[in-house]
Amino acid sequence: MKKPFVELENISFNYGSNLVLNNVSIKVEEGDFLALIGPNGSGKSTLLKIILGLLKAKGEIKLFGEPISSFQHWEWVGYVSQKSNAFNTAFPATVKEVVQSGLTKKVGLFKRMPKDAKKRVYEALAAVGMEQFLNRNIGELSGGQQQRVFIARALIAEPKLLVLDEPTVGVDIKNVQSFYDMLGELNKKHHLTIILVTHDIETPSNQISHVAFLNQRILFYGEMEKYNQLPKEQIYEWYGHSVRAV
Amino acid sequence: MLDAIVHYEFLQNAFLSGMIIGFIAPLLGVFIVVRRMSLIADALSHVTLAGITGGLLLNQQFVALSFLNPIYFGIAASVFGSVLIERLRALYKHYEELAIPIIMSCGIGLSAIFISLANGFTTDVMGYLFGTVSAVSRQDLWIIIAIALIVLLFLGLFFKEMFVLSFDEEYAKASGLPAKMIHFLFMVVVALTIAASMRIVGILLVSSMITLPVASAMRLAKGFKGTIIYAVLFGELAVIVGLILAFYLDIAPGGTIVVTSILILIIVILFKKVVRKEAQQ
Repeated sequence: MKKPFVELENISFNYGSNLVLNNVSIKVEEGDFLALIGPNGSGKSTLLKIILGLLKAKGEIKLFGEPISSFQHWEWVGYVSQKSNAFNTAFPATVKEVVQSGLTKKVGLFKRMPKDAKKRVYEALAAVGMEQFLNRNIGELSGGQQQRVFIARALIAEPKLLVLDEPTVGVDIKNVQSFYDMLGELNKKHHLTIILVTHDIETPSNQISHVAFLNQRILFYGEMEKYNQLPKEQIYEWYGHSVRAV
Repeated sequence: MLDAIVHYEFLQNAFLSGMIIGFIAPLLGVFIVVRRMSLIADALSHVTLAGITGGLLLNQQFVALSFLNPIYFGIAASVFGSVLIERLRALYKHYEELAIPIIMSCGIGLSAIFISLANGFTTDVMGYLFGTVSAVSRQDLWIIIAIALIVLLFLGLFFKEMFVLSFDEEYAKASGLPAKMIHFLFMVVVALTIAASMRIVGILLVSSMITLPVASAMRLAKGFKGTIIYAVLFGELAVIVGLILAFYLDIAPGGTIVVTSILILIIVILFKKVVRKEAQQ
């Protein structure tokens, strides 16, 4: 039986009087690759922040079987935030420095980086196909390359769960498929459980195992195959009447 | 000049304190600049002035308190100011920059009141405004050394966490790092550095010691550690050249240090332009 990594039960959240999430329940198990799909403002990023412990919500949240309030092993959770608001592109840091910083929590307070940090940086970058950019400044890379570096930063701490918030924003359309292929490889070969937030209902389906369609509440939750069998009109309606897939 | 340094304690104090500040101000400055907090340094320097003028006033009014170095009051005011800035930034979440003019005007306002209440100490105040490195006493030097050790201890303990926090605050919080606590300690260390720096370049020029070497370093360096190394080198160069110029030309050292920093920046900018042009050709 697969272990539950994330269990959300009856999660509700308000920004002031504005209800953002209404009784959301999801279970993500070991080895899943879940796409959390929904239009802008549907509460996807809010739900991610709740999973990451950045926001407190009503309902029950368990990470790796433990209530979030007592959960300590944050190094098991790798997080890749939305590139657009994540960092200042003029920040003077090399790819190596950025990726190595992913070890900070795992190493712990008052301790130095391990001696094999350099090797680990190389391995994490190799896993996302970016090892040749080790000494480049992060601001010199394209949007897609930066996202890969941020994934490497998450991977270096060897997380069990990788959480990505709109990772393809700012990535060239031609590179989106190879980006998903890379995530698929991490999921299958490296046995990494992945939760990915996207507003794109045409998300490449071959790598994803489960889909949760969110618009304040969960409108669909199930395997990718079942999601693909849904009538397109139904998805457009959930997404917003006038919207068509890009 | 070396002969004079060997013989005169005030010159030893000046050079040692200058070199220490030339090291710690740009070192912290890199974090301040990349976190877009340069103006906070300015606001804190003005609050420090309020503390110092308050201290000078107490020294003048109460003889029993005259043993207390006004720098202690400056340090206390600066640390208090840093806490207040954070409170105001939290209060005005969408207009965080408002905290800076509020604290800055508060510092200047209080300073003006303390100066007028004292009916004087003009010379002392001028020294704190524009720096009087030659007036650095052994006691001041010990305070500066203590503050430098605190800064080094802080960065020794939290360097990797400060990098994460500076690069990507949301990621730092999501990783479970004690971001709030580290940021608070950082603000306190910045406040201490500002209070220590003002003897050298004066309150009005403190932020230049923190930001100018970093501005030059960012044009040349690769990576974060590279930026720190260049910033410290430029900071030290500005202090040494500035103090030598002040000694031989008999002018205010605070001014010569800052002008040297600006000259370094101009040279670096021009150098980069030439290099870029050559690369294009």
